[in-house]
Amino acid sequence: MAADWVRRIAVNHREWVFWIVAIALPLLFPGKLLLINEIAILALFALSLDLLLGYAGIISLGHAAFFGVGAYAAGLLAKHGLAEPLVGLLLSAAAAAVLGFLTSFLVLRGSDLTRLMVTMGIGLMLLELANRFDTITGGADGLQGVVMAPLLGLFAFDLAGRTACAYSMAILLVLFLLARRLVRSPFGLSLRAVKANRLRAVSVGVPADTRLVTIYTIAAAYAGAAGALLAQTTQFVSLDVLDFHRSADVLLVLVLGGSGYLYGGLIGAAIFKVMQDWLAAQTPQYWQFWIGLLLVVIVLAGRERVAVAIRRRWTALTRRFAGEPTP
Amino acid sequence: MAELLSVERLRSGYAEAVVLDNVSLSLDEGEALAVLGRNGAGKTTLIASLLGLTTWHAGTVRLAGHDITRLASKRRARAGIGWVPQERSIFRSLSVEENLTAIQRPGPWSVPRVFELFPRLSERRQHLGDQLSGGEQQMLAIARALVLNPRLILFDEPLEGLAPLIVEEVLSILRRLLREERLSAIVVEQKARQVLAVTDRAIILDRGAVVHEGPSATLLEDPQLLAAKLGVGDRAK
Repeated sequence: MAADWVRRIAVNHREWVFWIVAIALPLLFPGKLLLINEIAILALFALSLDLLLGYAGIISLGHAAFFGVGAYAAGLLAKHGLAEPLVGLLLSAAAAAVLGFLTSFLVLRGSDLTRLMVTMGIGLMLLELANRFDTITGGADGLQGVVMAPLLGLFAFDLAGRTACAYSMAILLVLFLLARRLVRSPFGLSLRAVKANRLRAVSVGVPADTRLVTIYTIAAAYAGAAGALLAQTTQFVSLDVLDFHRSADVLLVLVLGGSGYLYGGLIGAAIFKVMQDWLAAQTPQYWQFWIGLLLVVIVLAGRERVAVAIRRRWTALTRRFAGEPTP
Repeated sequence: MAELLSVERLRSGYAEAVVLDNVSLSLDEGEALAVLGRNGAGKTTLIASLLGLTTWHAGTVRLAGHDITRLASKRRARAGIGWVPQERSIFRSLSVEENLTAIQRPGPWSVPRVFELFPRLSERRQHLGDQLSGGEQQMLAIARALVLNPRLILFDEPLEGLAPLIVEEVLSILRRLLREERLSAIVVEQKARQVLAVTDRAIILDRGAVVHEGPSATLLEDPQLLAAKLGVGDRAK
């Protein structure tokens, strides 16, 4: 029991350090608030995909569908009078969850390749629908006239991104804690059992289909919340929110950070966005080349090896921070 | 005791191939039934048929009065059938505790209670499934079936591949579950004498048909009868 207690405390130390650093970032880099806001939104989006890929083993190339629905829902709600950010966020996440629930039955069947094609197809269909119904979505010109009310009636969204950054970070933290609780619950463990061996899980009493539908719906809600945050904090929505590259990017983020432990999406989002920001400043036309090269190196070198090296350094750092002896 | 399981004239197998032919058996609440027989006699197919994993050709299977003959295999665990597979089938990427927590359902068998029954598992609760020995994996498979709180547990060769000392340990657990806790169970096993000692009744299968049915004690007390029915003297020892 004592060993369990020590283990849990050690994990908590690492998490505390992570979040203290994350919350300190806006204070340490006040000139990068917009970038930090983008990282928080991408991190939430990656977190939603991690729930699917890392815990349920469902691979998706169309996750932008839910992100886009959340973004358009938040934008349209604000444009048509419901400008309160938190209510808009909740409704947008709910809209994405409904789409997630309805489409979840399509991904229950088939192998990974089938799921890739089905999810990508859903994403492409929604992109075309958004383009076709330009009277509602603004089409290629984007959704104009999105004006958000001050957050909690107190904090207006400013150009420097102060409110946006704090808002996105707070939502990310809350939804992260919910996801953390979810994956450690019997529900989350049974998902991992389904991921490990679906037939075996079913034979010992895990209702695999129900579990997968539920997590797909929850992940869609998370992605919708991420999309809503983007729409609300930038006060603009374009077809880009539904674009295929967004689904591919978030998958890349998980490859960078690792899946199945929740922090991978957060770390991957930070690496991806900082690299994108830095490389775009160095070589505006060819930054994607360097991202691609990094991906190839990571895959060839083995992400596990890189991750183990980083984890060792991280553990040593947090132990030093917590005043524990290093082995 | 009320009847829990009733199998009548069951004919099942794999696709067109029929393995079990005209098999009938019954099990009361709190009763333990040993299923014996040579290799290929149809013991594992009987378990698979009760789990809905075979092709049904004829006959009926009733659990607590409900006809589950055509119930999908994925619904049988929910209907109250627990399973301890021959190959254990634990989730190797989950810890011992997570293996149990992932599937537990409300009922008398909670995770702390099975840890009381299996102190060794309690000691290794944080170890991953792939870090367990064969005996520990078998204990985990039994513990996992218990936390599902089923009405009936099917044990498929629970002593298979275990070292003699571990066999004794698993047998003592089976004795406690079947004799003291009075779990309703069907135990398929090659080691006839050992399983007869912990069960109430036994059936012997041969070429997919029931060739003997009676109290376990009768077979246990008469090794010659057991050997004759099994058709393999050595197996009966």
